[in-house]
Amino acid sequence: MAATKEISIGDISARSNAGETELQGETMALNVGPSHPTTHGVLRLKMELDGDVVKKCEPVLGYLHRGDEKIAENMTYNQFVPYTDRLDYLAPLANNVAYAMAVEKLAALEVPERCEAIRLLCCELARVSSHLLGIGVYGMDAGAWTVFMYTFTEREKLYTLFEELTGARFTTSYTRIGGVARDIPEGWLGRVVEFCKGVLPVLDQVDTLLTRNRIFMDRTVGVGVISKEDAIAYGLTGPNLRACGVDLDLRKDKPYLGYENYDFDVPIGTTGDCYDRYMMRAEEIRQSVRIIRQCIGKFPEGSYYAEDARKIFAPQKAKVLTSMEELIQNFMIVTEGPQVPAGEVYFEAENPKGALGFFIVSKGGGVPYRMKIRGPSFCNLSILDKLIPGHYLTDITVILGSLDFVMGECDR
Amino acid sequence: MAESDLAQLTERFDFISERKSSDHPALNCPAGMLVDFCRALRDDFGYDMLVDVTAIDWDVQSPRFTGIYHFLSTTKHLYLRIAVDCTDDLKPSLPSLTELYAAANWHERETFDLMGIHYEGHPNLTRILMWDSYPYHPLRKDFPLAGIEVPLPADDVAEVTKATVIPAPMMGGPFVSSGDGPMSQTEPSARDESWTEKKEKPAK
Amino acid sequence: MHNKNVAYDSKVEGEIIVTQADAVINWIRKHSVWPMPMGLACCAIELMAAGASRFDISRFGMEVMRFSPRQADCMIVAGTVTYKMAEVVRRIYDQMAEPKWVVAMGACASTGGMYRSYATLQGVDRIVPVDVYVSGCPPRPEALLDAMIKLQDKIGRESAVKNLTTKTTTPRELVGAGRES
Repeated sequence: MAATKEISIGDISARSNAGETELQGETMALNVGPSHPTTHGVLRLKMELDGDVVKKCEPVLGYLHRGDEKIAENMTYNQFVPYTDRLDYLAPLANNVAYAMAVEKLAALEVPERCEAIRLLCCELARVSSHLLGIGVYGMDAGAWTVFMYTFTEREKLYTLFEELTGARFTTSYTRIGGVARDIPEGWLGRVVEFCKGVLPVLDQVDTLLTRNRIFMDRTVGVGVISKEDAIAYGLTGPNLRACGVDLDLRKDKPYLGYENYDFDVPIGTTGDCYDRYMMRAEEIRQSVRIIRQCIGKFPEGSYYAEDARKIFAPQKAKVLTSMEELIQNFMIVTEGPQVPAGEVYFEAENPKGALGFFIVSKGGGVPYRMKIRGPSFCNLSILDKLIPGHYLTDITVILGSLDFVMGECDR
Repeated sequence: MAESDLAQLTERFDFISERKSSDHPALNCPAGMLVDFCRALRDDFGYDMLVDVTAIDWDVQSPRFTGIYHFLSTTKHLYLRIAVDCTDDLKPSLPSLTELYAAANWHERETFDLMGIHYEGHPNLTRILMWDSYPYHPLRKDFPLAGIEVPLPADDVAEVTKATVIPAPMMGGPFVSSGDGPMSQTEPSARDESWTEKKEKPAK
Repeated sequence: MHNKNVAYDSKVEGEIIVTQADAVINWIRKHSVWPMPMGLACCAIELMAAGASRFDISRFGMEVMRFSPRQADCMIVAGTVTYKMAEVVRRIYDQMAEPKWVVAMGACASTGGMYRSYATLQGVDRIVPVDVYVSGCPPRPEALLDAMIKLQDKIGRESAVKNLTTKTTTPRELVGAGRES
């Protein structure tokens, strides 16, 4: 007859007292590889797991490093605009504007009010687009497929607007040095107002699905907490920084494009966990809609490009084909690029993902000598090897989704 | 406010000199004093965020490499640019700022990867954007945009597909003109004119 | 000319359909292509848009986007392939089970696109054999759907039974491998 044996599950000390060998394992190496649905883009995480808990995490980047900075040294300033689209490819208009403003700072060029208003409108629409996708994909990662479908439908409406304005759904290449490529079409502003009317109810629906959702809150509240000091030390910017409680928004603190004339709030978080970061983005969409409505309300008349920028902005086609002086000017600008004086400039714009910075060194002429692109996602991701250890494996999805990074601007 | 900061800094540190800049105040700093200077910037002057670390390759000039740091004060909302010349042209090196600013870690790795500047005191100075066994520093001026032929980083894939890291074909673009000289030279032309659709590529 | 259509005569056969094995196998395969989205860059966003409600790739039976290569039929390479990423793309292609197809979506996947630099693979056909190239930067979702329909036509023309009965499948030639330019 077999003797009965008492086993207590989970009580290691009891087992070791009973003389059984302790259940101790080694850590397991897990590779969340570059091709993975969770990692938004090609990010690789080399992790060491102790059971379900992550002990070490090392992010590996560079799988989308295309050599943008080297290419910039061989392209004229206007030729580089399409490459800026593909940096943060969820909000291409915002990148275009940031780049154009950096070069215009170098050239000490002022653009007219209408051009500024168009650019501001583009930036805010791009912000809405990027945050909609951020929330949608975040919901999808946490298991809520419907949110993804709702936000993508709204983004399709935005794509129609962008296509009408610029000719492309996204990757717009809309700005030029000294202005924008073309003026806004007839009735476009009315359609933007219609869109704004439509996006807020959808945002409310997403709110009812996610914000007080028991499962979503269990997964995100208290997970991935970043402290204020860490956020500043690691160079975080954008909603990730503001969720930690740091009040830094370049639109308010170093205003550009006329942001100081508009009345809007900047949401600031309290705990810096994943839930806060989600709430940041949802609230920022509402604030962006507020800015868009105000901007359209007092949209200035005028020219969409700096007409006195003789050596920088190519003149209109009608004049080029009829007048000699404009013909020569067009030829010089197209072949040699916009003539920008020598100097060094650094300009940061408040992009949806964070602060996108362009450091341009020019020795005169139409081609930059050195261009450094400070991608916000690069800095946002640097916190990963401190943030992830200590969390469960299933929290990785939620943390990565909440940081809302894009590998295009991380690797350039 | 930026001017008062600049004035205070140049007064307090005698090794600092002002640098010409199109926008934010910029200072030159010698490499040896960089860490102490940055500590003072962070603790006394409130420049608590390091937003960017990069470098410029001046090619034929000496000093050849200049490290550039951008700081932002989250309280005063001011930017500051610090330029540090590397003393050695062949093996450029700068002190690392990872103890003061955690953000410097990845930025310095990237500058090491692309420019070849060695950061002393960096905990893990390895390549971050290119693969580990890549032998060159791509952003240097003597490295061509098209690249130099090296074997593919993965041996098994290279064996099966017979692919290597080839120099990218520049024929057909980008069209850039030199900007000075007679019109015949400044006309846009392909970068590599040794072979065209009609003329075969010369054997290596 | 092979007639790959179904032949059915209800008076003679009743409830039996007479056709060629190729026709049936190809018909089944082409209407349930499960893509494996190798979404690398901006084209991945248009791929997601093609899968969302406006352009609905589900009409063609392709909404099941399996991220595991073992469960997928067609690898859609959407985005720039860098040399660092090339080995990953190839390894995932090798893990896919036959029959498998590859769609190079966008300019970057087809030929390297506008990124003529030291780090970009000049066309994914250097490492995997490609069936359909889609041009565009990024291609509109309609263009991607057009490409998937072309892929369906291509699958319809395959000689499936011959491939089933051979012991090993001959690997298809890499178009770009060993190419100088």
